[in-house]
Amino acid sequence: MTLNKNILYFAIMALLLLGVGLFQSWNVSLSILNLCLISAIMALGVNIQWGYAGLFNVGIMGFAALGGLAAVLVAMPPIEGAWDKGGWGALGGLLIAVISIGLAVFTFKNMNRGRYRTISIVAICIIGFFLSRLIFSPATQAIESINPAKSGYLGGLGLPIVISWPIGGLFAGIAAWVIGKITLGLRSDYLAIATLGISEIIIAVLKHEDWMTRGVKNVIGMPRPVPYEVNLQSTPWFLELCNWLGADPIGFSSIFVKICYAGLFITMLFIVLWLSETALKSPWGRMMRAIRDNEVSANAMGKNVTKRHLQVFVLGSVVVGLAGAMLTTLDGQLTRLRINR
Amino acid sequence: MEDLLNAFLLMSNFVFVPAIAYGSQLALGAVGVTLVYGILRFSNFAHGDIMAFGTMVVILFTWLFQSYGINLGPLPTALVALPFGILATAIFLLGSDKFVYKFYREKKAVPVTYLIASVGIMFVLNGIVRFIIGPDDQRFADGERFIIKAKTMKQYLGTAEGVSIKVSQGLTVVTAVIVVVALFWFLNKTRTGKSMRAFSDNEDLALLSGISPDKVVSVTWILVAILATIAGTLYGLDKSFKPFTYFMLLLPIFASAIVGGLGNPLGAIAGGFVIAFSEIMITYPYKKFVAYIVPGDWKPEGLVQLLATDYKFAVSFIILVLVLLFKPTGIFAGKSV
Repeated sequence: MTLNKNILYFAIMALLLLGVGLFQSWNVSLSILNLCLISAIMALGVNIQWGYAGLFNVGIMGFAALGGLAAVLVAMPPIEGAWDKGGWGALGGLLIAVISIGLAVFTFKNMNRGRYRTISIVAICIIGFFLSRLIFSPATQAIESINPAKSGYLGGLGLPIVISWPIGGLFAGIAAWVIGKITLGLRSDYLAIATLGISEIIIAVLKHEDWMTRGVKNVIGMPRPVPYEVNLQSTPWFLELCNWLGADPIGFSSIFVKICYAGLFITMLFIVLWLSETALKSPWGRMMRAIRDNEVSANAMGKNVTKRHLQVFVLGSVVVGLAGAMLTTLDGQLTRLRINR
Repeated sequence: MEDLLNAFLLMSNFVFVPAIAYGSQLALGAVGVTLVYGILRFSNFAHGDIMAFGTMVVILFTWLFQSYGINLGPLPTALVALPFGILATAIFLLGSDKFVYKFYREKKAVPVTYLIASVGIMFVLNGIVRFIIGPDDQRFADGERFIIKAKTMKQYLGTAEGVSIKVSQGLTVVTAVIVVVALFWFLNKTRTGKSMRAFSDNEDLALLSGISPDKVVSVTWILVAILATIAGTLYGLDKSFKPFTYFMLLLPIFASAIVGGLGNPLGAIAGGFVIAFSEIMITYPYKKFVAYIVPGDWKPEGLVQLLATDYKFAVSFIILVLVLLFKPTGIFAGKSV
């Protein structure tokens, strides 16, 4: 019964897409399809968190935005001279911040409780903060001063954009690990509030750190994983294909590009779907379901609930980050409006 | 000595006075969140949008009264419109309780379910507010603007700096004090208030003693409507009304409630001031202040700002994280973890 119902729903969706294609244009129809595919992957990620483990994540868009950031950092061509002027300084500043946090955590774990520990942790944090600001601020200003109208940011690594998809997942996973480490094991509400906070902050960072993302000036014209329409229109095999189909090369080229995107996204969707279905059917998935249904008894059976929750929270966020990177790839630009609900 | 006085006045003008006003607004919001948490046992994500809804109704009535020519002289007309906003919000909240939360209460659902339902209510309110009044900035403050102008104070004291206190800031503090005193009187002295505290402490025992859960829950929602509408209106008078800003207020409000210990109204008030003061003190550029207190040629080059104003939400988040790490029940002991 449920299977038939599902088929019915998918059929309705397919009919709607067909309708848009026939009565409006295939271009619009394919754009909708592509967005659907990305949303489907994002929904799979959310399903891993909410569905498998019952972890409520309010900050999906923040994690997706991290994926978008990865797309920029990986795929955009590097800006001439930006690295020499301030790139290393910016990275160094961030590194000092991370090191001082790590040092503070290390001190917290290894010193005995007492006044000295508190004083040294506060000192490490304050010194680290000012030291990193000292290196960070001039470096970012130097980067932003390079031709602000056109670039004014660090640029990326100039690698193929598809590589950014797993990296987007990695970024989101790291953020999720930090959040999960702090809030999981406390009340379930705290995770929701913390994810709300982190997503606000990620979006604020993307908006205001011009040296990294150009902020509200937006990064546009990102490289694509599929051919450009203009190039297609002068490729012999494509023209032959158009001839054979009896289609207009200019109109068909944009449809062809969208079909290429759809193909890529469908492949990713099936990989993620297959992985998550397999995971759910495996002993690991049974354990997750047991934990979701009754945490107390799962705990009594010797399962480390907090650890498993952290694991599944990170996994779900990885998928969301992946989808975020794909969304940015499809748009060809990182704009803040897309992210802001 | 003169310089020190100037430095103090400067800090009062740009840090202490705004922080006290902002802190009162946060405190009122956080008390609402904490009440819902104490009685209904979930974090109400719709709170920011409840504030926006209440404020919206107040604004609409303010405009109506202004068109009739009704005003309060130096005080903003919004005060007359406040009861109508509270009434509309209370009706909405009681309705949402009847149609949404009651269902889960009867099923004895886990807290996360309520939380997700409240996110749903949040989206509904979001839509209603944007549909009726639109997503743009609305100004509705009228009457006098200042209690004390900086200029007058400068002339009076003969200093380079002065403190200005806006009517909205004074009003915020006075109203907040009145509301909080009334709330504590209600919770501690009246029969209904006592039954609410009993319900919050031990639900089963309260039910056994014959306390009607429906009544307790209804009274809670009405209190939430009063607190949220007042907090939202005061915030709107002080800054300006924009639905998205109210949603963004959710994070500092939660941070205040958690810092003070969820479920503890007194803690929520303290938490509101902790968050407000740290947010403003960390994002304030100290350039002029430092210039006053150090010898002449040590003047700083930059703004001497610890964190850009854009990241003020990061401050409440960091405080939230620190509290969760070291004292998950909050500074004043709240509900269990």
